Amino acid sequence: MVSQVRITDGPKVQIQQVGYTYDAKSVLRDVTLDVPPNSVTVFLGPAGSGKSTLLRLINRLNDLVDGTQLTGRILLDGEDIYAPGVDIASLRRRVGMVFALPLPLPGTVRENITYGPRLAGERSHAVLEGTVERSLGQAALWDEVKDRLDAPATSLSGGQQQRLCIARSLALEPEVLLLDEPTSGLDPISTAKVEESLFVLKSQYTIVIVPHSIQQAARVADQAAFFLMGELIEYRPGDQLFTAPRDRRTEDYITGRFG
Amino acid sequence: MLLSIAALVVVVPILVVIATIVVRGLAAISWEFLFGMPRDGMKAGGIFPAIVGTILLVLGTAVAAIPIGVGGAIYLSEYARDNAFTRSIRLAIVNLAGIPSVVYGLFGLGMFVLFLRFGTSILAGALTLAIMTLPIVISTSEEALLSVPTEFRTVSASLGGTRWQGISRIVLPQALPGIITGVILGLLRAAGETAPILFTVAAFYLPRLPRSVFDQTMALPYHLYVISTQVPGMPLSIQYGTALVLLVLVLSLNLTATLIRSYYRRRRQW
Repeated sequence: MVSQVRITDGPKVQIQQVGYTYDAKSVLRDVTLDVPPNSVTVFLGPAGSGKSTLLRLINRLNDLVDGTQLTGRILLDGEDIYAPGVDIASLRRRVGMVFALPLPLPGTVRENITYGPRLAGERSHAVLEGTVERSLGQAALWDEVKDRLDAPATSLSGGQQQRLCIARSLALEPEVLLLDEPTSGLDPISTAKVEESLFVLKSQYTIVIVPHSIQQAARVADQAAFFLMGELIEYRPGDQLFTAPRDRRTEDYITGRFG
Repeated sequence: MLLSIAALVVVVPILVVIATIVVRGLAAISWEFLFGMPRDGMKAGGIFPAIVGTILLVLGTAVAAIPIGVGGAIYLSEYARDNAFTRSIRLAIVNLAGIPSVVYGLFGLGMFVLFLRFGTSILAGALTLAIMTLPIVISTSEEALLSVPTEFRTVSASLGGTRWQGISRIVLPQALPGIITGVILGLLRAAGETAPILFTVAAFYLPRLPRSVFDQTMALPYHLYVISTQVPGMPLSIQYGTALVLLVLVLSLNLTATLIRSYYRRRRQW
């Protein structure tokens, strides 16, 4: 496994003076931050703070939305992902996404995992089988579903479905994994399992997560960014931001005075 | 109470019509009636050419209407942006659905029979029926595509899928039952229409099977019209028998559509 650890100098993702409008309404204003590799970065903030939007900008999922405008730059390994000529499909293979609700595709557990690799052109049965076992294992789901790989994905419990969605993203061996409130629909035990898998995964992947709660943010964050109404208020190592916030608004939020 | 009376008013006439046709038509049904050629100026013999003609017309309509209709629906639901152009397309489809069928017949006569010189032929008739069927196929297919959750498209994109890969691998298979239902309902209408085939394909009396797509053919709805109004001294049993065959053909298509819909609705996972 050690060979898979990517040793990278400098930030994995760089967000530089990013502004974003939707239907002429400002969603993000002048956001600049660096996401270091092989760690968990948390985007924190109340609803409407722009945190999920920023997450979706990192793998260009907002391209699917009409009427938006982006300023500034987002770099992956130093390269502008919005530059003309960038292959969006291969960008999304490098930057995976897990959504708030478990969204298994129609079909079996196995088909969900192999969907991405097949689109990428993988045809070898042996390789695909290996991918199924590896990615389900990484998402801490293999032991529970190894005898049910041909069952409909929807027959799994909600927590299993969400870990299946994580495994589905991992099947593509992404470099960055984005998670948008991945445990919002899950019970505490399933939530704990998802968080545990994050601790294992961060040795190999760069993880950016919009957490489901401030408590979860504090549990998983290596570094945390606090957003408010489209602006980045504070961005520091997790233990510092949660124990000694510098900005009054950050303190108000994490102590539960609003949000 | 009033509502149940209203429901009865709707149901009773349908049952009376079907029962009458079945009871009086069954007497005429025989091997010769179904698979024989008409004789004696249609007063005896069978209606085989009309049955074959209607089946050929329905098949031809399907071949022409399905690719165009489903393709158009995919464009409208998956690719088209909401602008003046697509709004005018939608307006055209809605209006197309409201045009009387005899107008389609006249259009087919002008466009396919005369201008494109297909003559009075199966090709001209099937194309005319296809144009009449398109609004149904497009609107039901579009509805079926739109009912597939948007999230599937987003998930597919997030896994490195192009828009077309998401459509062809996820959206289309999920929408297929709805599309098939819509197509069958459209073909159903095509099978039973008289006016569009009147000027474009239907033969008054042609006691043989068509030889090519440029040949005329008899067809059940038109044949029924002819033997009911144009031939004096026509035995009633043949009229009822022809009506029964048309009814069975149309109802069995309808039943197929219903079965497909209910089968897939039970299997659907979302």
